[in-house]
Amino acid sequence: MKQRYTMLWIIPAMSMACFLVWDILPFPVAAAEPSIAANKDNDNGALFAAFVSVLRNPRCMNCHSTGDFPRQGDDGHRHTMNVRRGPSGFGVTAEKCNTCHQDHNLAGPHLPPGAPGWRLPPPSMPMIWQGLTDAQICVSIKDPKQNRGRNLDQLVEHLTEDKLLLWAWNPGEGRTPIPMPHDEFSAKVKAWQAAGAPCPAM
Amino acid sequence: MIVFSVNGKRVDLDIDPSTPLLWVIREQLGLTGTKYGCGMAQCGACTVHINGEAVRSCVAPVSRAAGKSVTTIEGLSPDLSNPLQRAWLEEDVPQCGYCQSGQLMSAAVLLRGKPQPTDEDIDEAMTGNICRCGTYPRIRRAIHRAAELASSGGAR
Repeated sequence: MKQRYTMLWIIPAMSMACFLVWDILPFPVAAAEPSIAANKDNDNGALFAAFVSVLRNPRCMNCHSTGDFPRQGDDGHRHTMNVRRGPSGFGVTAEKCNTCHQDHNLAGPHLPPGAPGWRLPPPSMPMIWQGLTDAQICVSIKDPKQNRGRNLDQLVEHLTEDKLLLWAWNPGEGRTPIPMPHDEFSAKVKAWQAAGAPCPAM
Repeated sequence: MIVFSVNGKRVDLDIDPSTPLLWVIREQLGLTGTKYGCGMAQCGACTVHINGEAVRSCVAPVSRAAGKSVTTIEGLSPDLSNPLQRAWLEEDVPQCGYCQSGQLMSAAVLLRGKPQPTDEDIDEAMTGNICRCGTYPRIRRAIHRAAELASSGGAR
């Protein structure tokens, strides 16, 4: 019985100790996400951070990744059949994207997904985001020399209305869609645009 | 009504536009050289050309061909004079033969884009055409041979 009473005061005491330690230690997010932390004094950096998770999602990143080929799956494995980017992003000779992909998803598991304009970015402007910080992605997508000449309005239109990108919210059977609702994503992109499209600090 | 051409002949079809092109080619038009393999664009046996580009006809709806020109293995040449057909015969490429019409149709697109392909070009272009008999070395030799025939004018 004495042991049980001892536990009754040990547990709250330990909880208080943990709280105190937590309060003293640096906020852990600051270490994990420097781009956000760097903008603590500037909310504008957070406007980009609010939707960058979508750009990092495999549905987007699988075509914006390192290597001269597309990737597949939530694990971003290399596209089977040695599919290549090709001279314009549409594949090579007899192995082009639309050899198998249509302008719509095909019904059933393991069948090729599809959307209008199915392709990779061209090799002259591959738009590779893999391995970049949030700040670097932000700068990259705004730079007309890296984004196929889009100004900010065209970039926002591309991000929020392009049918190829909309596919990521409806990727077909067996594929995980973007978890953030599209309306929410669009609103966040437009809020970022309205603020002047600020980037997180480098 | 869907209108397109197959091997140079006009086709008018009153058909569900979502019908796979392969079904139309084989069943409506009776052109059985194009084969059904996997039915999911994984093997390449059903490869045909739409406006000169390789397409897996098992997953392409017939509506994709509307107003366009489709070429099947029967349309590669009327008399086996295409350099690829000549080379395939010279190299005795097929074993069971089931995948070979798809192999030839892909190789034709390759040679149009790369008249003198390297081994790497062949690997990149033909990688989606599967051959369970493993005739790949003969396919490679035949593509190189077809390139020679075409460049030397040894075949039409």
